[in-house]
Amino acid sequence: MAPVCLVFWRAFEHGVGPAWDAVTTPSARHAFQVTLLIAAVAVPANTVFGVICALAIVRRRFPGKGIVNALVDLPLALSPVVVGLAFLLLYGRQGWFGTWLDKHDIEIVFALPGMILVTIFVSLPFVVREVVPVLREIGTEQEQAAATLGASPFQTLRRVTFPAIRWAVGYGVVLTTARALGEFGAVSVVSGHIVGKTETMTLHVEERVQSFDYVGAYAASVVLALLAIATLLAMSMFKPKEGV
Amino acid sequence: MRASGRFFALAGTALVLVALAAAASLASRDAGATAKGGTLRLVAYSTPRDAYGKLIPAFQETTAGRGTSFEQSYGASGEQARAVVAGLKADVVALSLEPDVTTLVKAGLVSRNWRNDRFHGIVTRSVVVFAVRNGNPKKIKTWNDLIKPGVEIVTPNVQTSGGAKWNVMAAYGAQRKAGRTHAQAVAYLNKLYDNIVSQDKSAREALQTFLAGRGDVLLAYENEAIFAQKKDQPVYYLIPKSTILIENPVAVISNSSNKTTAQAFVRFLRTKKAQRIFAQNGYRPVLKGVTREFKFPVRPLHFSIAWLGGWAKVDKRFFDPRDGIVTKIQRRKGG
Amino acid sequence: MAARAEPLPRLSGGSPGASIAQGLATAYLSLIVILPLAAIVWNASSDGRSNLWNAVSEPQAVAALKLTLGVSAAVCAINAVMGTAIAWILVRDRFPGQRAVNAIIDLPFALPTIVAGLTLLALYGPQGPVGVNVAFTRTAVLLALLFVTLPFVIRTVQPVLLELDRDMEEAAASLGAHPLAIFRRIVFPNLLPAILSGVALAFARAIGEFGAVVLISGNLPFKTEVASVYIFGRIESGDPSSAAAVSVLLLAVSFGVLLVIGAVRRWTTRHDDS
Repeated sequence: MAPVCLVFWRAFEHGVGPAWDAVTTPSARHAFQVTLLIAAVAVPANTVFGVICALAIVRRRFPGKGIVNALVDLPLALSPVVVGLAFLLLYGRQGWFGTWLDKHDIEIVFALPGMILVTIFVSLPFVVREVVPVLREIGTEQEQAAATLGASPFQTLRRVTFPAIRWAVGYGVVLTTARALGEFGAVSVVSGHIVGKTETMTLHVEERVQSFDYVGAYAASVVLALLAIATLLAMSMFKPKEGV
Repeated sequence: MRASGRFFALAGTALVLVALAAAASLASRDAGATAKGGTLRLVAYSTPRDAYGKLIPAFQETTAGRGTSFEQSYGASGEQARAVVAGLKADVVALSLEPDVTTLVKAGLVSRNWRNDRFHGIVTRSVVVFAVRNGNPKKIKTWNDLIKPGVEIVTPNVQTSGGAKWNVMAAYGAQRKAGRTHAQAVAYLNKLYDNIVSQDKSAREALQTFLAGRGDVLLAYENEAIFAQKKDQPVYYLIPKSTILIENPVAVISNSSNKTTAQAFVRFLRTKKAQRIFAQNGYRPVLKGVTREFKFPVRPLHFSIAWLGGWAKVDKRFFDPRDGIVTKIQRRKGG
Repeated sequence: MAARAEPLPRLSGGSPGASIAQGLATAYLSLIVILPLAAIVWNASSDGRSNLWNAVSEPQAVAALKLTLGVSAAVCAINAVMGTAIAWILVRDRFPGQRAVNAIIDLPFALPTIVAGLTLLALYGPQGPVGVNVAFTRTAVLLALLFVTLPFVIRTVQPVLLELDRDMEEAAASLGAHPLAIFRRIVFPNLLPAILSGVALAFARAIGEFGAVVLISGNLPFKTEVASVYIFGRIESGDPSSAAAVSVLLLAVSFGVLLVIGAVRRWTTRHDDS
């Protein structure tokens, strides 16, 4: 925990003023918007598909299930630079789809779509990994009961399954958000670092550190940390009142 | 259960709103950025960022640059070169060493004749220096002091940081300048590597490590050391009697959509005005007249990479990932 | 009743909605995960098999791979124990500042890696206030990886603990069972899938970590250079296919480990699937 406290302390070492100035420069504000936009696309996408994947893994049987299950974690094991490289191999100028994309004037890498794609890639496993154990733990009795009582599949999902996995989804979203905010290596490769265009908050922080502007770097990190905390608070606001 | 329904609805709405707001503000900014004189896309390595921050407005004041807007990208030199090969749009590239431009030449993005000008494609210079602790407690002055037992050296890794190659070649070349044979100079490199205690990913990270208290001496570049001093970092450095002259290239991308302006910008970078701005940011100018104004210390035994055979030859001989001389030294350490 | 005969009622009931959902999930997974992975594998093998073998048998690569795998295993072991303990405390105990602690657990994760690296260096480096200078040793690598993988086990165990029925524990306690026995017999079996899930994440993350480790480890080849930085070095020195080869090997190993973790989990929780 100490490192986290140190970050906060370093940011406000010289008072709140400089820290505030550092995070309200145009490039910091822009980087902040880019980060938010990426997270706002990547997190919901991964949440929806994470829940579906988890349901498929736990509740269905199909050949190769074990493989799919292991596959989900792999994006994390890949060195971020290689993730970036992979996307360049696919969508870069000499990549598999490069010529086609070039012809239709579609920019994926070195533009927002590519950054969103790699963010989705690196933050994919979390919701799945959170939801799977809970789904296993709660078992299928309640769902079966609901079905016996004549509930439609959708009703069962909404009334029985979702409330039960709500916590897991919540923590999954928090982790996904944190990861989406903090990702550096992979995004760095595909962003092209265009100032005021494709710089995310983490890239901005890196740049500040390189310029020995520690107040700016730490202050921006605090903003990222606060975003993660805000996500967590938003999640716990929906605490079950009836106590599941 | 009602709570959960409300939860998903609210969370969804919030996210959509955030996305819309961010997208809208991004779009409005992009629309505002289009200018009449065309856009010049500059892809550069990260160190001269501050210098270009001043050079660009200065260029926009000239006749050739009036009305030109800029899109800038800064990052590690090698990464930037690879990004341009993979499709990052660029008109002018400013990189830290020649092999990175060669990458672009091989990809057909920079003309083979890019060095055919009065400056051989170079826009700034610097030298390899020793950064030491306050008061130089270990009395490090010469290259031979570095290989004394107990001296701890910090230098970036040659595999991850192209710039680190300058340091190794400075060490090797200093030995050759002192009249040693190739074998003796390689033996020196071996001893040097015995004393290296940290090999960071990049030059700037090596500096961070050094500032955090690791090591007695950091092999650094003069412009980096000046830059750190400007940012109030406690950096003290001295220039060894014999050291390598670092040369940073600049080139125009051949399929640039704005080639005339790009060439004008590169020409501008070699004017007195621009060279002065570079010099104020710690770089040694390539114009003799400007060099005199700034009094960068000159050492008797400067040498350039050309004296050692040029980058193409040196890169292969020393840094080939399979059988380069430095690769072998590292392997011996591990084995 | 059809539903009783079929043990996995809703989503496997063959309803069109469920099939579409599964189809979508598969498509998403292949588009986002498999396609990039395929690109890497293809790149690794583009130079021929002998080059692939040369790339991964390079002594420096072997040293980096060994270090990465060894440290990752240690990280997993520590996380499994400490993560479960922390999750337990956060869910079952009440203490002042609990919410704050709960809130900052994810932070190591949202911090840009360079900042994580800098703060770790400031704390545990030569000038750190803690007085333990572990910087530039393998312990430093371990410490950095522990820092960035901290949330995983905690966050996977927490929701399960929250959903766990306490009746059984109370029943066991009222029958005079020793608290330790309750934990071992009742709580632990229920938590195990979650712990393993978290460990799998932590393992994967530890293997792929980049950035936070470098500053504090000093990145000495053969000593403290981890695989992801070695791979970066290969790319940077213009040798992307051997970078891809080492990545593929690393991926294959992690894939194997993840399969084993999955199998262990299935084996220990057979009753759930039957």
